[in-house]
Amino acid sequence: MPDNNLLKTKLYDIHLSNNAVMVPFAGYNMPLHYDLGILKEHLHTRSKAGLFDVSHMGQCFLYSDDLSFLSIAKALETLIPAEISNLEPGKQKYSQLLNSDGGIIDDLMIGRLGFEGQEHKLYLVVNAGKKLEDFEYIKKNLPEGINIDIADDSLSLISLQGPKASEILTRLNSSIADLLFMSSVDVPLTPNIWGHVSRSGYTGEDGFEISVKNSDVRSLVNILLQNEDVQMIGLGARDSLRLEAGLCLYGQDINENVSPIEAGLIWSIQKNRRLPNMQYKGVKRITADIENVNSKRLVGIRPEGKVPARAGTEIHDAEGNQIGLVTSGGYSPTLGCPIAMGYVNGKFKKVGTRINLVIRNKSMPASVVKMPFVSTKYYRG
Amino acid sequence: MSVYYTKDHEWIRVSQNVGVIGISSHAATQLGDVVYVELPELGKKLIKGEELAVVESVKAASEVYSPVAGEVLSVNETLEDQPQTVNESPDDGGWFVKISISDLNDLESLMSQDEYSAYCIAS
Repeated sequence: MPDNNLLKTKLYDIHLSNNAVMVPFAGYNMPLHYDLGILKEHLHTRSKAGLFDVSHMGQCFLYSDDLSFLSIAKALETLIPAEISNLEPGKQKYSQLLNSDGGIIDDLMIGRLGFEGQEHKLYLVVNAGKKLEDFEYIKKNLPEGINIDIADDSLSLISLQGPKASEILTRLNSSIADLLFMSSVDVPLTPNIWGHVSRSGYTGEDGFEISVKNSDVRSLVNILLQNEDVQMIGLGARDSLRLEAGLCLYGQDINENVSPIEAGLIWSIQKNRRLPNMQYKGVKRITADIENVNSKRLVGIRPEGKVPARAGTEIHDAEGNQIGLVTSGGYSPTLGCPIAMGYVNGKFKKVGTRINLVIRNKSMPASVVKMPFVSTKYYRG
Repeated sequence: MSVYYTKDHEWIRVSQNVGVIGISSHAATQLGDVVYVELPELGKKLIKGEELAVVESVKAASEVYSPVAGEVLSVNETLEDQPQTVNESPDDGGWFVKISISDLNDLESLMSQDEYSAYCIAS
């Protein structure tokens, strides 16, 4: 699908030589799947190791002129609900960039660099489709003396996910073996290639996200692909993997009208940050949505039959009243059945609640279930 | 027995006034792994071009249209438990329905195998 207006990552040629079916995504020409197809790529990631090109995502560094970590942490804490000022060097948190109404502008990873001399810096990874807007929003809302270094033109990002990921990456640098989930190190992966390696991902598997210089990413990918357990995995399987792991997709499950509380992301907001005396964008909405048990909630849904419920499917109660909408839905390759997530009125959020899904004008029974659908394998030591 | 193809990538294999309908291997490849097939009720009367079945792959749902008008005589029950048969054997074991053809003239607007191959290459 040649489209000259689309951007290419530095791995574009490697996608083509691996017979990728390329699709437009967030302004980039990205692989949907390779020869294996979505289903087998999904299962490969769950059983061995999948390698994803996520270089389209936005990477930037934030730091304060006074080189104080606390200065930058406090500044960013005005835009997100998570507590950042207590981050140890080499640790990261998941949070959301909020607008004044508490709606989610984007969701993001925020890490404190652990490398000596760089511990005053924050490293952010944001969604491809929102990165320009995010960077503008951050620039506009942070006080004088705060710097943002956008690394899109210099850094690529790849992700190695699955039960074999640790063993494979540890062969390149043995210090990676002990890294805990949501921690990072900056280490050489070959004598010439340094990577910022964090133990995190978007699949529910143990795995790593590796930020490397644009000029190094092809060499690193080729080294990883020499391992027979590693396969390139496209966006199709990335989507079905994250759905099984119960992780939200920006633009689909979360957007500027939805609060983190409605989206079930309260776990990412530390208890002291849920108090009404906090001062960050949208805090009123956060505290109000916590109080209001009838505000909508994102829940896991298990359709009873075999028919997948796609995004946009209406959710009804037993009497046929519409109580919500499916935002992500499909087939779970791991479980061999359909799974979905969607918003329901808070009264219906309890696990086990019977609901109906209207698919092609037919009402199909389903239940509210716990997420993740497939248990996560994060490495916590 | 002759096989005809539609521009929407269905095939119909015709013997007298009975047709067996499926989707081409080109279509099956494009769809990717089929995980569910919704088939019509027996006896359902279809007009030409009407939705006949829905094929769900991992990534999306796609409609299958009837190449001719007619009545559904039988459906491929194998697809209920083994929808992947559509990928494994699209031209044969992965058939969808058997239909009695109301008007054999409906076949005239369809493509032969050679015409369909050329159509796929061009599109």
